[in-house]
Amino acid sequence: MNEIVFDHVSHEFDAERVVDDVSLVLREHRIGIVGANGSGKSTLARMINGLVTPTAGRVTVGGLDLARHAREVRRTVGFVFTNADNQIVMPTVREDVAFTLRRHKLERADAAARVEAALHRFGLHELADRPAHRLSGGQKQLLALASVLVAEPAVIVADEPTTLLDARNARLVGEHFAELPQQLVVVSHQLELLDGFDRVIVMEAGRVVADDRPEVALETYRELIGSPR
Amino acid sequence: MIGVFHPGRSLVHRAPALAKLGLLAVLVTVIALQTSLVALAVASGLVVALFLVAWLPVGLVWRQIVPVLWLLAFAVPVQVVFGGWEAAATMAVRLVLAVALAALYTLTTPVTATLDAMQALLRPFRRWIDPDRVGLTLALTIRCVPLLADIVREVLEARKARGAEGSVVALAVPVIVRALQTAEHLGDALTARGFDD
Repeated sequence: MNEIVFDHVSHEFDAERVVDDVSLVLREHRIGIVGANGSGKSTLARMINGLVTPTAGRVTVGGLDLARHAREVRRTVGFVFTNADNQIVMPTVREDVAFTLRRHKLERADAAARVEAALHRFGLHELADRPAHRLSGGQKQLLALASVLVAEPAVIVADEPTTLLDARNARLVGEHFAELPQQLVVVSHQLELLDGFDRVIVMEAGRVVADDRPEVALETYRELIGSPR
Repeated sequence: MIGVFHPGRSLVHRAPALAKLGLLAVLVTVIALQTSLVALAVASGLVVALFLVAWLPVGLVWRQIVPVLWLLAFAVPVQVVFGGWEAAATMAVRLVLAVALAALYTLTTPVTATLDAMQALLRPFRRWIDPDRVGLTLALTIRCVPLLADIVREVLEARKARGAEGSVVALAVPVIVRALQTAEHLGDALTARGFDD
């Protein structure tokens, strides 16, 4: 697994400190990040892909500093957003998956084979020529995941990937996440998505307030938000 | 072009997008220059033959052409009054044929093939124009149509639910705010997918 390092990282937005002096080393296969709205968890996740630049401290992935090597890091870190609609760029399902590979300078046949494999893996092959914007929410999120995985990233960061989905689709997407061999960092409010994870980090007001095995960390989180078990 | 591509293995489907674009430009220009109804009848036969070769579902083709018929329902009577029957018929046939040919292109050509063709066309001008960037801009323009349509539909529903049907502000403000947010999110998604320059 890659080593993702946050070294005394802070981030300020409009004079407000949304991430406050966070230091973490992430080596586990599957890592969850939970926290209330505005706790800084999404900002922290976005730093792994260089979508957000820290105002203080340093983030490295596999030894590469995001401040200087953001483009190289993005080749190994895929990002799945909350709203798949914002991630879909091309009109049809197949074209959107293929779009990711346009910058990879692959042979046409290799690219086509990888696209077909990604479509089959997520059960999208029968929808391949359908307009992407007419898919269901769950299918769109699977398309977003296929579009990320076709580039074969070593790390996948997902920011609340099931928040906009109904229970059935959330379970379907969760099952696909559970099967991924890649290192996975998932930000989620839906705690069942983190079942079987190796580590869970709890954020509150920009700081890490718990960092442990899921059963321990999620207990802290439930106490924090006053939720019944 | 928004997801109307219909996959197939016909000669028209398999023809290179650049050749189809070139032929489309030539045929539409030739048709636009025709004043004889006989010549337009021959052109109509050719267009029908091309559709037969492409072997597309009739309903799908019809849906592409219907919008222009609504336009003709207004334009033809005006043309009859000011130019006579022959001028009206010539104008109507030219327009239907041009739309039909454009529809034939979009129904048989994936957007990625069009983008590749545009990039190939722009390659000689690479020194001044970035073909990749133009291709991406075109793709995003096509993608944003259904995105914006969804935003407007949802805001219209919300405006109705609040009983503010007549309010332009209740439509314009949320649509602009959400469009800007969507643009920002789309930019993040492009960056995350490696299109960060």
